[in-house]
Amino acid sequence: MATTEEIRADLAEIVEEVAGVDAAQVQLDKSFVDDLDVDSLSMVEVVVAAEEKFDVKIPDDEVKNLKTVGDAVAFIERAQG
Amino acid sequence: MTKLQDVEGARHATILGVGSYRPSRLIPNAELVEAIDSSDEWIQQRSGIKTRRWATPEETVTLMSVESSKIAMERAGIEPAQIDGVVVATVSHMLQTPAVATMIAHELGLNRPVAFDISAACAGFCHGIALASDMVKAGSAQHVLVIGVERLSDLTDVGDRGTAFIFADGAGAAVVGPSDEPGIGPVVWGSDGEQFDLIRQKEDWRDVLEQDNPSMPHLVMQGNPVFRWASFEMAKIAQQTLDRTGITVDDLDVFVPHQANMRIIDAMARTMKLPDTVKIARDIADQGNTSAASIPLALDRMLEEGDAKSGDTALLIAFGAGLAYAAQVVTVP
Repeated sequence: MATTEEIRADLAEIVEEVAGVDAAQVQLDKSFVDDLDVDSLSMVEVVVAAEEKFDVKIPDDEVKNLKTVGDAVAFIERAQG
Repeated sequence: MTKLQDVEGARHATILGVGSYRPSRLIPNAELVEAIDSSDEWIQQRSGIKTRRWATPEETVTLMSVESSKIAMERAGIEPAQIDGVVVATVSHMLQTPAVATMIAHELGLNRPVAFDISAACAGFCHGIALASDMVKAGSAQHVLVIGVERLSDLTDVGDRGTAFIFADGAGAAVVGPSDEPGIGPVVWGSDGEQFDLIRQKEDWRDVLEQDNPSMPHLVMQGNPVFRWASFEMAKIAQQTLDRTGITVDDLDVFVPHQANMRIIDAMARTMKLPDTVKIARDIADQGNTSAASIPLALDRMLEEGDAKSGDTALLIAFGAGLAYAAQVVTVP
């Protein structure tokens, strides 16, 4: 079972690849839109890559609730249950 | 049982020539931002579009089709009398019937060819190329003109933040004919009607007429789900197309996806892991999204600018409302 930090680190790599954000900036308290400048289309790319990486389903309706990196990590942890 | 005589077609089919028509009005983002309370920067960041081409009233669907077809026929070295099929992909011919293909054939002085329109939205041009290839190989026609043409400015809601800056006008044409070697590979095509509502004409015409102040029913689109489908599901279709053709991304010289949005083009290329050596069509930046016309417009531009040359191997993939899609590998004429 992956730890919170492992999930955050893997997610940070995805965000760096998709949106060109330095992975070190992708911390749990950061907002995708306001702090990391990840817009809604980049967020779709992050979600698709995360689904593949973590073997989870992230429905379209859920994506708008993932405001911070912490929200996304928590969702992935729950989905991996 | 009476035995029926059958006919034999050509062994293979190929694209013999392409041509395009770009309308005269160049519309920068600055002209559109006020109505949608947006900015040039936001539109470019969201779509990669800087300017788009919109038609004047004189630049009709028929006129743009005829002009692009003349160029395609000349480059193909094919006389009007040799064309015995016309397939037109469009959603912006405003007469329900007859097909605009018949009018275009007449204006081009063709000799009463089979002529019909197809409704496959942004995927229409690749559908047309597949049909034309099959017609030539089945012996149903010898030389088929395939036209993708749109005047989406007529169907655009300039007050809709999601689409006002996307859609544009133009035409592109290709002549498909017989060849000794396969110049049009097998098509991979299909649809997903479960997602019928993601891109559509907003209202049925009958509902429009019941309104107090009837107005043109515009195109509407749900951007994010379409982006997801186009970027990732279509990358899989692209791979299937290469597989069916017996080649890999390393064999490609040119990638010409439907010019829907620069972000989709970038995401597809990333997902497909295209090598840097593959030239990617990016006509959308100053032409906008011309639906069925976008692939021939983009390919013609790459030929003009030297990014594609005769004999190159090109992957064409088109996708849009339906959701419908079609893809094939072709040899550049």
